Amino acid sequence: MFYREAGQFKTTYAADQALFPIHQDRYAMMVILAIAFIGVPLFASDYWLTALLIPFLVFSLAALGLNILTGYAGQLSLGTAAFMAVGAVAAYNFQLRIPGMPILLSFLLGGATAALVGILFGLPSLRIKGFYLAVATLAAQFFIPWLVTKVGWFSNYSASGVISAQPIEILGKAFDSPQEKYLLVLAIVALLALLAKNLVRSRIGRAWMAVRDMDVAAEVIGIRILRTKLIAFAVSSFYCGVAGALYAFAYLGNVEPDGFNLDLSFRILFMVIIGGVGSILGSFLGAAFITLMPILLDVLLTHGSRAFNLNLEPGVTSMVQLLVFGALIIFFLIVEPHGLARLWQITKEKLRLWPFPY
Amino acid sequence: MSFFFEVLIGGLLAGVMYSLVALGFVLIYKASGVFNFAQGAMVFFAALTFVGLQEKFALPFWGAFVLALAAMVVLGILTERIVLRPLVNQPQITLFMATIGLSFFIEGLAQLIWGTNVRRLDLGITDEPIAAVLERFDMAISSFDLAAALVAGVLVTVLAVFFQVTRVGRALRAVADDHQAALAVGIPLRQIWAIVWSVAGFVALVAGLMWGARNGVQYALTFVALKALPVLILGGFESVLGAIVGGLIIGALEKLAEVYLGPHIGGGIEGWFAYMMALLFLLVRPEGLFGEKRIDRV
Amino acid sequence: MSTWKKMAIALFALAGGLAMVVPVAAQQAGTQFMGILGYRVGPYGANGAAFFTGFLDYLALVNERDSGINGVKLSWEECETEYNNAKGIECYERLKTRNETGPTAIHPMSTGITYGLIDKAPVDKIPLITLGYGRTDATDGRVFPWVFPILSNYWDAATGIVKFIGDKEGGSGKLKGKKIVLLYHDSAYGKEPHPVLEAEAAKLGFELKLIPVPHPGNEQQSQWLQIRQYKPDWVILWGWGVMTATALSTAQKVGFPRDKMIGNWWAGSEIDTEAAGPASEGYYAASLNLAGKNFSVVKDVEKFVYGKGKGGDPKLVGTVLWNRGLAAAMYTVEAVRTAQGKYGKKPMTGEQTRWGIENLNVDQKRLDQLGFGGMVPPLRLSCSDHGGSGLVRFQQWEGGKWNPVSEWMSGDKAMVRKMVEESAAKYAIEKGITAGCMKG
Repeated sequence: MFYREAGQFKTTYAADQALFPIHQDRYAMMVILAIAFIGVPLFASDYWLTALLIPFLVFSLAALGLNILTGYAGQLSLGTAAFMAVGAVAAYNFQLRIPGMPILLSFLLGGATAALVGILFGLPSLRIKGFYLAVATLAAQFFIPWLVTKVGWFSNYSASGVISAQPIEILGKAFDSPQEKYLLVLAIVALLALLAKNLVRSRIGRAWMAVRDMDVAAEVIGIRILRTKLIAFAVSSFYCGVAGALYAFAYLGNVEPDGFNLDLSFRILFMVIIGGVGSILGSFLGAAFITLMPILLDVLLTHGSRAFNLNLEPGVTSMVQLLVFGALIIFFLIVEPHGLARLWQITKEKLRLWPFPY
Repeated sequence: MSFFFEVLIGGLLAGVMYSLVALGFVLIYKASGVFNFAQGAMVFFAALTFVGLQEKFALPFWGAFVLALAAMVVLGILTERIVLRPLVNQPQITLFMATIGLSFFIEGLAQLIWGTNVRRLDLGITDEPIAAVLERFDMAISSFDLAAALVAGVLVTVLAVFFQVTRVGRALRAVADDHQAALAVGIPLRQIWAIVWSVAGFVALVAGLMWGARNGVQYALTFVALKALPVLILGGFESVLGAIVGGLIIGALEKLAEVYLGPHIGGGIEGWFAYMMALLFLLVRPEGLFGEKRIDRV
Repeated sequence: MSTWKKMAIALFALAGGLAMVVPVAAQQAGTQFMGILGYRVGPYGANGAAFFTGFLDYLALVNERDSGINGVKLSWEECETEYNNAKGIECYERLKTRNETGPTAIHPMSTGITYGLIDKAPVDKIPLITLGYGRTDATDGRVFPWVFPILSNYWDAATGIVKFIGDKEGGSGKLKGKKIVLLYHDSAYGKEPHPVLEAEAAKLGFELKLIPVPHPGNEQQSQWLQIRQYKPDWVILWGWGVMTATALSTAQKVGFPRDKMIGNWWAGSEIDTEAAGPASEGYYAASLNLAGKNFSVVKDVEKFVYGKGKGGDPKLVGTVLWNRGLAAAMYTVEAVRTAQGKYGKKPMTGEQTRWGIENLNVDQKRLDQLGFGGMVPPLRLSCSDHGGSGLVRFQQWEGGKWNPVSEWMSGDKAMVRKMVEESAAKYAIEKGITAGCMKG
């Protein structure tokens, strides 16, 4: 009843091809964007902005990048964090070495550098696939942070190899308060998400899906596998690279290359799987789940145990947190292997009929 | 020249330690097509349970070993029942993710039961250079390494016999070949999976004891999985023999590279060198050394 | 729709709903609130558990024995960081607005998290105390007014170790022509001592070889074969976590004598030596504090805290890291006490605590009073010197425990100070900071 498309007629091709063909979706999206751009900066506390929302957006972007590669083009990668590192280091160096460099251009170039590196490490995908490819991407995961630590030039010869990101300044305006940083990240992420949404339903997006579903058939109908896969690696790494630059500049400030470790790669892969493989919305849902769930668990356990006077030792809460997090992941995979995005889809279908199911 | 051989032999022996971990991966992948990332966590769980039991109840070696093995079997059966069974027919990546979730769970559980303290594990094998070899050839070869090689040899022999001769072993191979065909001829798939996970638990226990005796039983044991992955690519996911040969090759080349190449490019290259090598090798032979050819080419 | 799916949706909705109403901590007004970024799981969980148990035990002692600091009770909340930078930042942001006075002072206990907080601390006006880790050049408080790498920093440790080796060899003049290997964790932490050791090598004429161990360092065959071939006189071990135990057992494996190995203070706890078993016998470590229960403060903790069943873990009492946690808490409490002397007997804000730390003076008399006499050296800070003593004391692992084998000593303090000032000045230029002392 709330979600009926009956009576919404499409009279033009443009209307038929709209991003959100149904009114409800379109209005909902507008409301969400309005809340995100206007409501949140007005009302959210600094804690929410700096500790939850900025990392959530940054991770969403990285998950989006990985989802393009894994979800749409079908190439499993465990090296996401390494490509983020490339983006962060490259953006830092563009900013450092070229005087008067606009920071947004640095982010873009950081993404572009990551794309080049991505193509390089995507080359083996021409020969191998599946888990063999996944383990092979680990080569990137271990090699790139090593290289950044070893070659002092990348971190401007800082004794410890740590990169101190420059302050963000656009057209003379400094973006240093949590609200400003949040808005900047949000704008970039929203733009890139829109781009991704359009990309995956374009010619190239359909080619990715064809390769993912059956590469031989794709080749037969005239899709150039080599090119398609490499474009997927490039686009995916570009997204990850921009996410890495934002991670360094808008979130942490100072980053050590070791921070871009395998753990982070797994975390982002989780976001994709839990959120929904091959879904833009899923990347956001997954990022929300993986960034917020551990914090929620922590808060619930700490305060829950205090409320019930359980007086758990701090060590025990940490362990229980880890245990519950693992169990939750398994639980969600069992209940809905297609991710939260699919759950949302089911909910939508229910809403369409409710309260008068057949 | 003697130093070269020392590095080579040391590398081969280090490779044996990698193979011990890689074996567990191979067993599970072979029988159920699951890339079990939780193998590292299982190694940790097994070793921690072993020392925990020893410490708490002052059990002798074999007592603790049997009890720890029992714990691993229970863990294996529960994994099959709770995690794998509901996920039958899901894409491999979903199963892979589930095993990562499982590894968090196991790590949390192990430390919840036994605490985070680092513990000493004494197998009674001294980890010192054998004096005779040291004098004669000026090479430091540890008796512990030789023991590890012996254990790995025995383990592989036992597994080979188990796979070739016993009824369960043959059923396992049938399952590995084709799940549906195996079901059709009346092989109880679920039972087989529970057995495979238990056997993998046994291998994890052995690996955990060997690694734990050297570095102490602590959380870092879970990292040994990372050492095993390049071994797997090189040897092929489906081959027990591949795990051993792959381990030897990776161990030897990695050590030679670190000693002879490392100093020229900044050192510490072991972290990625094995992966790079495996990657280059894959370009030539995408199914690994002993992997099965049916892996589709791109 | 299956029941499972309904449950999943319900669970998700519930979680979302709960997230909206994140409960605020049961704050106790009028207490001195301590925000603690701890870690008890993950690869360094054992190290963190020992340190933070000591830290909390001391806070509990102050409440139980003295009813707080001059009557102001302590309260605290610990947030699990898992030694992960992103989670550390989240914890910091979560704790920074707790209670009216904020989290007093933060001990990040991780170099990575310290780096993430260095830019945030001045904005939020929360002092960072980095006891024996973090940014070495932050010792220059004129450039880093909010960061306090108290007691000793890595460069003090490196020169102290060189001095100790010199003493063992019969005077630093004898070091000429000797060979020393630095075996280090290949990370920001492991790279810290390089400049100082290179300067020492140039000055004293010993040969220095740097050998990195890739993370996590649970396999060191090739590194130790290199050492075996090089035949150094001493090996300095800059390890963390499993790397230290592996280094000790691998040293035994290639036959390198452990009493020619010296670790720094993060490679010198029972966690490392007990894991390696008999391979650790004879190993030295430069330490910030002594181990053992033979201090009156430890006896007080056993009586007032563990006696009342409020302690953390009796097995950790008296270990190196537990004692260090105790000392870290003591310096923080004393800083608050110092601040109270100026601002009055009420909970101190971060700004007031910062003044208290900068003007901290825990001399030998005070240490004896507090029951820390002999465990840690006296500490006196000032605006230009946020580091303090720069002293280290060497302990040797023998017969299953750490025994002190030297007096409190320091290496080339003048050289370290000069390098600190140079490095800090470079940072000040990069970030556009005008060096100077803060008022009030």
